Amino acid sequence: MIKSILHVVHGFYTQLRSLVMIFGHAFRKRDTLQYPEEPVYLPPRYRGRIVLTRDPDGEERCVACNLCAAACPVGCISLQKAETEDGRWYPEFFRINFSRCIFCGLCEEACPTTAIQLTPDFELAEYKRQDLVYEKEDLLIAGTGKNPDYNFYRVSGLAIAGKPKGAAQNEAEPVNVKGLLP
Amino acid sequence: MATIHVDGKQYEVDGADNLLQACLSLGLDVPYFCWHPALGSVGACRQCAVKQYSDENDTRGRLVMSCMTPATDNSWISIDDEEAKAFRASVIEWLMINHPHDCPVCEEGGHCHLQDMTVMTGHNQRRYRFSKRTHVNQDLGPFIAHEMNRCIACYRCVRYYKDYAGGTDLGVFGAHDEVYFGRVEDGVLESEFSGNLTEVCPTGVFTDKTHSERYNRKWDMQFAPSICHGCSAGCNISPGERYGEIRRIENRFNGSVNHYFLCDRGRFGYGYVNRKDRPQRPLLQRSRLSMGIDAALDQAAGLLNRQRILGIGSPRASLESNFALRELVGAEDFYSGMAREELANVNAIRELIQHGPLPTASIRDIENHDAVFVLGEDLTQTAARIALALRQSARGKATEIAEAAGIQSWHQAAVQNIAQGALNPVFIASVDSTRLDDIAAEAVRAAPADLARLGFAVAHAIDPSAPAVDGLEADARELAGRIAEALLAARRPLLVSGASLGSRSLIDAAANIAQALKNRGKDASISMVVPEANSMGLSIMLADEPGDRSVEAALDAVVEGRYDALVILENDLYRRADSQLVDAALAAAKVVIVVDHQQTPTADKAHLLLPASSFAEGDGTLVSLEGRAQRFFQVFEPGYYNPDVLIREGWRWLHALRHTLLGKPVDWTSLDQVTAACAAVHPRLAGITEAAPDASFRIKGQKLARAPHRYSGRTAMRANISVHEPRQPQDPDSPFAFSMEGYSGAGQDRQQIPFAWSPGWNSPQAWNKFQDEVGGHLRAGDPGVRLLDGARMDVDWAQPPAAFAPAAGTWQVVPLYHLFGSEENSARAEPIQQRMPQPYVALAEAEAQRLGVTDGAMLALSLGDRQLQLPARISSELPLGVIGLPVGLPGIPPLTAASVATGIKEATR
Repeated sequence: MIKSILHVVHGFYTQLRSLVMIFGHAFRKRDTLQYPEEPVYLPPRYRGRIVLTRDPDGEERCVACNLCAAACPVGCISLQKAETEDGRWYPEFFRINFSRCIFCGLCEEACPTTAIQLTPDFELAEYKRQDLVYEKEDLLIAGTGKNPDYNFYRVSGLAIAGKPKGAAQNEAEPVNVKGLLP
Repeated sequence: MATIHVDGKQYEVDGADNLLQACLSLGLDVPYFCWHPALGSVGACRQCAVKQYSDENDTRGRLVMSCMTPATDNSWISIDDEEAKAFRASVIEWLMINHPHDCPVCEEGGHCHLQDMTVMTGHNQRRYRFSKRTHVNQDLGPFIAHEMNRCIACYRCVRYYKDYAGGTDLGVFGAHDEVYFGRVEDGVLESEFSGNLTEVCPTGVFTDKTHSERYNRKWDMQFAPSICHGCSAGCNISPGERYGEIRRIENRFNGSVNHYFLCDRGRFGYGYVNRKDRPQRPLLQRSRLSMGIDAALDQAAGLLNRQRILGIGSPRASLESNFALRELVGAEDFYSGMAREELANVNAIRELIQHGPLPTASIRDIENHDAVFVLGEDLTQTAARIALALRQSARGKATEIAEAAGIQSWHQAAVQNIAQGALNPVFIASVDSTRLDDIAAEAVRAAPADLARLGFAVAHAIDPSAPAVDGLEADARELAGRIAEALLAARRPLLVSGASLGSRSLIDAAANIAQALKNRGKDASISMVVPEANSMGLSIMLADEPGDRSVEAALDAVVEGRYDALVILENDLYRRADSQLVDAALAAAKVVIVVDHQQTPTADKAHLLLPASSFAEGDGTLVSLEGRAQRFFQVFEPGYYNPDVLIREGWRWLHALRHTLLGKPVDWTSLDQVTAACAAVHPRLAGITEAAPDASFRIKGQKLARAPHRYSGRTAMRANISVHEPRQPQDPDSPFAFSMEGYSGAGQDRQQIPFAWSPGWNSPQAWNKFQDEVGGHLRAGDPGVRLLDGARMDVDWAQPPAAFAPAAGTWQVVPLYHLFGSEENSARAEPIQQRMPQPYVALAEAEAQRLGVTDGAMLALSLGDRQLQLPARISSELPLGVIGLPVGLPGIPPLTAASVATGIKEATR
């Protein structure tokens, strides 16, 4: 008998407790955001929309080496190498199909020039899938992004305008093949 | 055979090899740089170190360079030994000290032997922090890019270019760590085989400049096993495609034909496939109305209905396409598309190599001959790969001398040293100087008739029962004696001749020499050059047809009104016959339908033009000059990138047209059906079904992949057209898949290999993994079947022609060939055009003096009723009484052996 009374009292208590807990939420700090009115905080290393960055001199960083495309597990990157007058490589076109992209970041890891970078931006939604195909104009940004000081051509042995052979980092003057000294 | 013990395991190997060859042949990975299967060992790079032990009880051992150590019986070695591994890691670290930080912007990246070996050796961190040595590059012409910083000083380039290919303008300069591989000054690399540097160089010093324009990585291309259409040699190639364009051509190893090397026409002459002016849709020329396939077939059937149709085939089209045309028009009305003289000569050559007294040497086998007589052929220009093989037969003397002194043939530096430049005898008889003269024991120039007389005299000198040549000059008779003596003294003499001069008596002379060598019991061979990629195949196809099947006969028949309609397959008639005759025939025909892949002058005059596939978009079979039937496979499907492109194989068009005319559905839906039908109708071609595995061939139930498994961008490459990806194109014609799905490794034996790749081996050195022994033959057998090894019969002696005696005031016109320019298709490729000579007329120095003209002066001359104006090129070698015209260059009419020029004088401006 007493056992069943205690049972009812305990049941009553838990009901009340649940009511208090639930209505208590009305006075707590919100866990959800009023997106899109309120902006979302994304950490700087968040892997979102992909961009192509420029080197500190303002030139395109991408040298069209194709490593990002090779690393891409869904094959959503395609590009074509071209060359400027002075021998710089650059992508003639650079296309990312964001309707396929899984934002894994392997392209960024593979990039030897830190050109391709993932940014804290996920706001990519479109009404048409075709609009998720980004061309170079859509990808290339004006700044350096991460690694603000890195310039591949200062390290590479390739000669370009303003950087002849021997002028890269840790390079000796070109050998004079016709010199007689030992 | 020898038994060697590698890391405790026992193997049977060829004791004549070195340890590196032996290990690679066994499939064991030993890193190496300076060694190359075709170039031998010099021990320059120290990368292939292994540990050798005196016997099974020796535990200390010593490091040896495996490429310099013979695989003697009971050798005990270790590849996995810690000290050997550390040594190899140090070597690659040293080699990489000066290597620039270039891989992302290097055309070699992705198929780089240095990358492969660096990964194999485990060097993954550069510890060197000091300054790197640099070099200034050179401009080496339109084919080869130069980036000397990347050099690791393995010396392969000069060993290939100078020693193997006989080039003189690439050398090594400087000393110690500053050696420089290049020319004395900037300039075009002269060798016709310079393109092989891109594959011989293990790093990115020499790369393909034609590819760099539209570059992409090897892993991003679709490949297919293909056959070069540049000449009749039948070299195996591996063309790569990306975004609907052929991007580069790499060598495809065929141990019986081209093994590791191609000529520059074959490697760099692919640009015609990518031309924007190619026919891409069926076109009614008059109204410029382009249409779809069904409309085009209805249109064509309407035009051809109840007409008497004549078909002109082509020696540059596949057997299947020619056969489909023959089916369309009927055997009686099918013509070869070759000029009368050329067809007769090719037929004579076919008869000679099929039933003549001597077997035909394969190109690889040419290298094993030890005395060569080249009669009337400028091989470097007409069948360049044979010229490279002849160099090896001349160099065979060095190996012979070395072997007599107990030096193994792979010991390249020692072999060369002991031989001191000794060469096997090569005799060259030609109309003008050739690029093989530097290896010739003797080279002689004469007019074609006199060359033939020399040939007949050689035959007589070998076997006196052969007819003698009356009235031969004493020096020619002596030369013939010396040639005969050298051929008789040789173990395996070789005779090379061909149809390039258009002279029948030269072929007769070759037959006489062959018979004479046979009569003297020599183990001799013959090699006869024919003009085009499928000249031999077409000749076999027409072998049993009566009547004259030449292009002249066809055109005459049209002009005479015996036919109403003309169907022309992949043939520019203006390159074959007199332009007036062609004009007359095209005007006389009520209907002209051209099926071609180039916008030729003939195609311009077609009423209906149907876009055919080039070698890159279609499959087919070619027969090379040795009678080897080889299949080429479609590289890519152009409609995948642009559905408006309606390019189809010639045989698909012609068969569909025939069945539209007959009101039946098409029968041939795949290549195998056409090939089988062709083989069934032509018993002489029965072997072509065996030339390659049929479309049902599978490995482990899989198709074979056209693209490497890292092929990238599949969901993006076409996304600009539509984000909705279509199904990959299907290929009913071959066992290959248009993608990376399918088998692509080296573990299973197969003949048809689209691209060389094996795990860890991305560079062309991956061919090691497909061979029975490195540098030998493919494990599954070399591709292709030889059709012309018929019963050997004696030939009747031919009689020598009269001596060359031009009528006063006339000059015989001899054709001069150019590797860059004389072949129709490659001459449409932009890089080749940069190397093409300007049209000229060549004449002998004495003639020029007599006429009072200087080099470069504009000359006027009459050729039949055509007037030509060309700049003079004075040759110190050309015989008197002849002038030379460059074949196939713009403004040069088709030439025959009877072409005579008159009225040569300096043009008044």
